[in-house]
Amino acid sequence: MELLDNLALGFSTATSLANLGFCLIGVLLGTLIGVLPGIGATATIAMLLPITFQIGDPVSSLIMLAGIYYGAQYGGSTTAILINMPGESSSAVTAIDGYQMAKNGRAGAALAIAAIGSFFAGTVSTFLVAIFAPPLTAIALQFGAAEYFSLMIVGLVSSVALAHGSIVKALAMVVLGLLLGIVGTDIYTGTPRFTLGIREYADGLNFVAVAVGVFGVAEILRNLENEHERSVMIRRVSGLMPTREDFRRMAAPIVRGTIIGSALGILPGGGAILAAFASYTVEKRISKNPGEFGKGAVEGVAGPESANNAGAQTSFIPMLTLGIPANPVMALMIGAMIIQGIVPGPNVATEQPALFWGIIASMWIGNLMLIILNLPLIGLWVKLLTIPYYVLFPIIMAFCSIGVYSVNTNIYDLYAVAFFGLLGYLLTKLRCEPAPLLLGFVLGPLLEENLRRAMILARGDPTTFVTRPISAGLLFIALAVLVIVFLPAVKKKREEVFVEEN
Amino acid sequence: MKPFTIDTTNGICAALFIFLGGFFALQSLDLEIGTAFRMGPGYFPLVLAIVLILLGAIILVEAVRFESEPIGHVAWRGMLFILPAPIFFGLTVRGLGFLPSIFLTALIASFASGRMRPLTALVLSAGLTLFAFLVFSYALGLPFRRFGPWLPSWPAL
Repeated sequence: MELLDNLALGFSTATSLANLGFCLIGVLLGTLIGVLPGIGATATIAMLLPITFQIGDPVSSLIMLAGIYYGAQYGGSTTAILINMPGESSSAVTAIDGYQMAKNGRAGAALAIAAIGSFFAGTVSTFLVAIFAPPLTAIALQFGAAEYFSLMIVGLVSSVALAHGSIVKALAMVVLGLLLGIVGTDIYTGTPRFTLGIREYADGLNFVAVAVGVFGVAEILRNLENEHERSVMIRRVSGLMPTREDFRRMAAPIVRGTIIGSALGILPGGGAILAAFASYTVEKRISKNPGEFGKGAVEGVAGPESANNAGAQTSFIPMLTLGIPANPVMALMIGAMIIQGIVPGPNVATEQPALFWGIIASMWIGNLMLIILNLPLIGLWVKLLTIPYYVLFPIIMAFCSIGVYSVNTNIYDLYAVAFFGLLGYLLTKLRCEPAPLLLGFVLGPLLEENLRRAMILARGDPTTFVTRPISAGLLFIALAVLVIVFLPAVKKKREEVFVEEN
Repeated sequence: MKPFTIDTTNGICAALFIFLGGFFALQSLDLEIGTAFRMGPGYFPLVLAIVLILLGAIILVEAVRFESEPIGHVAWRGMLFILPAPIFFGLTVRGLGFLPSIFLTALIASFASGRMRPLTALVLSAGLTLFAFLVFSYALGLPFRRFGPWLPSWPAL
């Protein structure tokens, strides 16, 4: 069995003492930062990203990064349940019923249900990744420049469709991201582009600096807008063990959540967030007593948490096989791979099998560590919630500065952090989602390279994109997605924030 | 007919995108454009910049026709102290050295919140500097000079 051989290779890579250690550190750090209120998984990863570069080995560094991801997500759920302050929209769903459970004195049970649901979903979806990644890789190896170009268009268009708010703004963010991504030296002619004559930007804008600025610094500024007192009413969490009744009620939602999450997670453009909402809606609809939802329903925690985690996991499939990020976190992962000297795409599986399968195996190990560690450590995380915010952000800013500087020891990267912090905050204030910008930033150079290569191969004939069947199919999908989001009915629902003048 | 009004949020948003698009378009024009067959370094960015300007124009039209959510509270104090922190670190990390620079960076960022008291900020920054010394400089061995040439020479460190 090839699958078993591959998994065996993965587990032997991931269970080396060093890699287990890095996974553990990643999970702990991820939870530590993720649990801080108002800081979501993406911001957490952006801030911790530079630390992983201190490890020389790309496998260990990506395993640690994946650990940070799971940790950050779990930390986010903890904050959502205990103080009703979700770090990002995927845990916003958990906050609805989780916080109510906590108010009813069942915080421990809610946290345990979230952990168990996540672990189950993580286990199933790890296997899904292992099963589906190799055939997809085989297909992707047939891709030429035209297909890659069209595939990236699909990814970018989907990220637009799944962003909150105005579609036009999301499109503009993608285009701006693409433009920022191609700052630096042109690969064909060696001409410096948009560097403003600054030699330090000749290698392009530092990905870490952009991510830390747009997600990390902008998030801190947003939190500084209203410095209201946080009330942590739950100072001690007891009764971690769910009751027999809880187990009975959570089983089916966990399975359904896992299915929904796994399916939606593969979608490019942030399926995991959608998954949590979809699962909550499904559970509420099929529940015998929907009135309980919003008042602390076990199903309302178990389903979305499982869906969220399953989606987080399966979003690795397009990243690992095609090198296309499904969400900002995967964009961060791809950025990390490029910095480590790995070219993301279908070749990773054949050229670096230990890396490929090691990451897949470490997903499961990371989830196992989370459930073993976090339930006993919950007291510590609760204490962290009582640290006032004004103490946290000098610490975060200092670590971000050290981290970004340590990547390339380029002081201009630090100026970029400030600039992108300002730009990110400004754009958030103008109701523009930062996620499409980051996807565009990562894909910009790849998109341009493949476009130019495809045009040279086709001798300047742009019909190459529609005469090659796979490319045509992909472009058709992209077009269909765009048409659907612009349909009046769908558009109205997406843009209900606009108040039309009569 | 209603008086001409423009929505602030979307108006600024459109202006920003058009400005950025214009910047990239002008810069692209200085580069070699090439043909669709052999694209020069300016081709792709010029196309993108024009698209960005067009999208900005659409947002501008929306801004005139519709009203959207107000911008809301802006974290001026936060921006004043948070954004200079990494810039200060960049300006001084080589001259002052890693440890004094990180101490002052943390101190600057501390004042972003109105709730921070000066003494707390000093203690916090000092603790952070000690931590950074132990973890980044000593344990991880990052190759930063602990004290830079701007300072008088420091024995035994």
